[in-house]
Amino acid sequence: MSGAAEQRSNYIRGGDGEWEIVVGMEVHAQVLSKAKLFSGASTTFGAEPNAQVSFVDAAMPGMLPVINRFCVEQAIRTGLGLKAAINRVSTFDRKNYFYPDLPAGYQISQYKNPIVGEGEVLLDLAKGRTVRVGIERLHLEQDAGKSLHDQHPDHSYVDLNRAGVALMEIVSKPDMRSSEEAAAFVKKLRAILRYLGTCDGNMEEGSLRADVNVSVRRPGASLGTRCEIKNVNSMRFIAQAVEYEARRQIRIVETGGAIRQETRLFDARIGETRSMRSKEEAHDYRYFPDPDLLPLVLDEAWIEEIAASLPELPDDKKARFIRDYGIPAYDAGVLVGERELADYYEDLAKGIDAKLAVNWLNNEILGRLNRDGLSIGDCPVSARANNAILRLVAAQTISGKIAKDVLDIVWTEGGDPVAIVAARGLTQVTDTSAIDKAIDAVIVANPDKVEEVKAKPKLAGWFVGQVMKQTGGKANPQAVNTLLRARLGIPEEG
Amino acid sequence: MPLPSAPTEFTLAEARDALCAKRVSAAELTAACLGAMAEARVLNAFITETPERATEMAAASDRRLAAGEARPLEGIPLAIKDLFCTKDVRTTAGSRILENFVPPYESTVTQNLWDAGAVLLGKTNMDEFAMGSSSETSWFKPVVSPWRARHSNQDVVPGGSSGGSAAAVAANLCLGATGTDTGGSIRQPAALSGIVGMKPTYGRCSRWGVVAFASSLDQAGPMTRTVRDAAILLNAMASVDPKDSTSVNTSVPDYEQGIDHGVKGLRVGVPREYRIEGAPHEIDALWSKGVEWMREQGADIVEVSLPYTKYALSVYYIVAPAEASSNLARYDGVRYGLRATDVHDVVELYEKSRAEGFGAEVRRRILIGTYVLSAGYYDAYYVRAQKIRALIAQDFARAFEHCDVLLTPSTPCSAFALGAKTADPVAMYLNDVFTVTVNLAGLPAISIPAGLTETGLPLGLQVIGKAFDEKLVLRAGHAIEEAAEFRASPARWWAR
Repeated sequence: MSGAAEQRSNYIRGGDGEWEIVVGMEVHAQVLSKAKLFSGASTTFGAEPNAQVSFVDAAMPGMLPVINRFCVEQAIRTGLGLKAAINRVSTFDRKNYFYPDLPAGYQISQYKNPIVGEGEVLLDLAKGRTVRVGIERLHLEQDAGKSLHDQHPDHSYVDLNRAGVALMEIVSKPDMRSSEEAAAFVKKLRAILRYLGTCDGNMEEGSLRADVNVSVRRPGASLGTRCEIKNVNSMRFIAQAVEYEARRQIRIVETGGAIRQETRLFDARIGETRSMRSKEEAHDYRYFPDPDLLPLVLDEAWIEEIAASLPELPDDKKARFIRDYGIPAYDAGVLVGERELADYYEDLAKGIDAKLAVNWLNNEILGRLNRDGLSIGDCPVSARANNAILRLVAAQTISGKIAKDVLDIVWTEGGDPVAIVAARGLTQVTDTSAIDKAIDAVIVANPDKVEEVKAKPKLAGWFVGQVMKQTGGKANPQAVNTLLRARLGIPEEG
Repeated sequence: MPLPSAPTEFTLAEARDALCAKRVSAAELTAACLGAMAEARVLNAFITETPERATEMAAASDRRLAAGEARPLEGIPLAIKDLFCTKDVRTTAGSRILENFVPPYESTVTQNLWDAGAVLLGKTNMDEFAMGSSSETSWFKPVVSPWRARHSNQDVVPGGSSGGSAAAVAANLCLGATGTDTGGSIRQPAALSGIVGMKPTYGRCSRWGVVAFASSLDQAGPMTRTVRDAAILLNAMASVDPKDSTSVNTSVPDYEQGIDHGVKGLRVGVPREYRIEGAPHEIDALWSKGVEWMREQGADIVEVSLPYTKYALSVYYIVAPAEASSNLARYDGVRYGLRATDVHDVVELYEKSRAEGFGAEVRRRILIGTYVLSAGYYDAYYVRAQKIRALIAQDFARAFEHCDVLLTPSTPCSAFALGAKTADPVAMYLNDVFTVTVNLAGLPAISIPAGLTETGLPLGLQVIGKAFDEKLVLRAGHAIEEAAEFRASPARWWAR
């Protein structure tokens, strides 16, 4: 399926022919856990500075790390969710460097033997295209604290609340070929993590951060020199950063220059990347196995237990939605992007036309949520209430137009749709005599139009509108159409 | 045997029995030790004395003794190496960088001791961050051994790094002390100071709250005047600690029980590689004597080979500094400890704080460790050292197929004059040639005072056992102690 034709659609034009972008990513996902990776300290976001720091986190003399079993479980769960190999034995290494927000002078990480090996993520792209991105590895490591440089004119402050919090570093293979794919990768990865409950995916609070590796090459050529863009913290910025960086590199190569391997920063205000440090300035981290920690040996039964507890993940859910609900792949992909949205849809579609339900969700619900700046979790109208509205339409109790009015009422005022329809007399008129009466009135009032419509059958629509107006929108439009055409002697369409 | 006249001369076992029999009170015992400490300040064995706390703890012990609620070490005054963090009592690791550091927590080992009823006399002097073999690298000035060669006024070293503890035990300033042993830091000063020192199996005593030097080698242990005392003290120190991931989950047996059962039928291995060129003949002579004592008591002597011994010092001086360079990175002047003033940026803060805070030997080892872990050198040094370390452990495993314990000299020499080796680090490092192998293999070993040089300075013999076979090591050590009848003690020249 990933034929050359499809690849070519990703090429971008430089001043001098076509180029291919190659993107790989290192995503740091904060493990959803009440306690830190090697100390008992709390991990709640937003506490007073240095309120959540144990003696271990502050690297007091003689303090020792003890692995948090739950964080390990979360890493295994994530590995299984990425269809990855779980390494039965993994080890922790020290990454040594000096920085005030790194109290021990080293970060405990997994350099040589990570807990999770190769896996994959499937990207859902526009026009139903899917791309497989390989996962190289996932490892556990500690986060550092935070240096605060803006609190005092000539002092820096350090907040160690985040120091020691568990992170999963998830490394992709260089399998992405465009900014769209790069953003889609983070989006999909985030969805999987949220489904699994292993990371809250909150990019604004920094629970999910991406280092983006970008290089360019001529189609078919070997990989170019890459630059790493550090800590990009939104999907939009990831796409922008890739786009900018690729253009920058193409410009350099096309004008006879060479790409320097370096670490760069993305400046979101101006949408550009700039150099942070070159390869030559890179630290020598002096990795070596942490002698304070034993190898992490995983019990087979425990892995199986975790595997058995995995929720249905986006790809499986999507396949099921297509299969069981008969909805288009694109719609299914959108729905499963957020677990809450997928759940909402399933409740909404219960016992009614699933395609109608997805259209209603896309056009009416998401539109209103977007307008009001709400997420699906905050939707003021429950899936059940919407299901009731659509059932009223299906039973021809109300028209599609009235259905939207009912939704607006429930949206702003709340209440039960069935009761609202009954109380406000919104029931659709299917009684032909009542409709006939309205038709009579319109015909009598517009003799000229009656003549006209005989020559121009398209005018029938105007009559339908007039009759609907007469009935206050409650007439069944289908019935109006049929009766009108019979009275005016116009053949039915189609 | 009649009890000594001065309570400070009690063995720990004697004091325990005397306390229970109410022949002496904890307060008297503690006061006697505090008095002896005050008299012996010229030895510089203590960095911090804690007389008030000691007096309070002793009073509490006397109440328990009176109530018949005595715990195993009730009222026993101990000296604690200044590497163990003690809550609200300054803990320096012998370094200027921690000169004013007061931990808000108590190490597991010392907590175990207080929970057993022991009394804290003070914190003993040591080589800075336990790096040294003479207790001369301390920021708080060298420790002076209570021993002197016959007819000599020359100060000699007590050995190191636990030299303050060794001197305090040898000079009867306390009934026992804790030490830590990374490459010989308990056994070597014990040998040079004429006392018993034991390094248990790696993982037997918790490292939690002990200032780290080289995490894969560090192990706490007892320093006492008799083998039985070492067993009693080890019983209280050892525990399974969930706060230390390298603590081994195996129960602590009664080390004292069966200690005097002798060595009849025991297979005692004699490793031929421990006979080194150029060592004083007294060392070999004492070793031969030890072998003879064992044989006389019914042990079977087996010659064994530990072929990788010759690489042990090199391996040790790669692995230990590598770990130390990382362990000591936390002393950066940012959160606690010495912080340089008049600095303009963070790099200068690091450089000045660490340059002022660390002494020459610590700086040397940080540099060595940083070097061997650096890109391009890591494989050639650190990785190879780890491979040889595994081979050294394998050497012991093979030897123990043919014997139950090994008998070796503890050190290649006796106590030397202060300053004699400070200018030559390699000469100093050679002190640990018989002890480092045991740390690299994680095994238990004990040094027992077994004789004197011609000039009257102590020498020790070392018994090495299989992992977690401390009981047998103590039993063999006890047999040597009995045979050696080591009764010498330093003349109290400092009290004159």
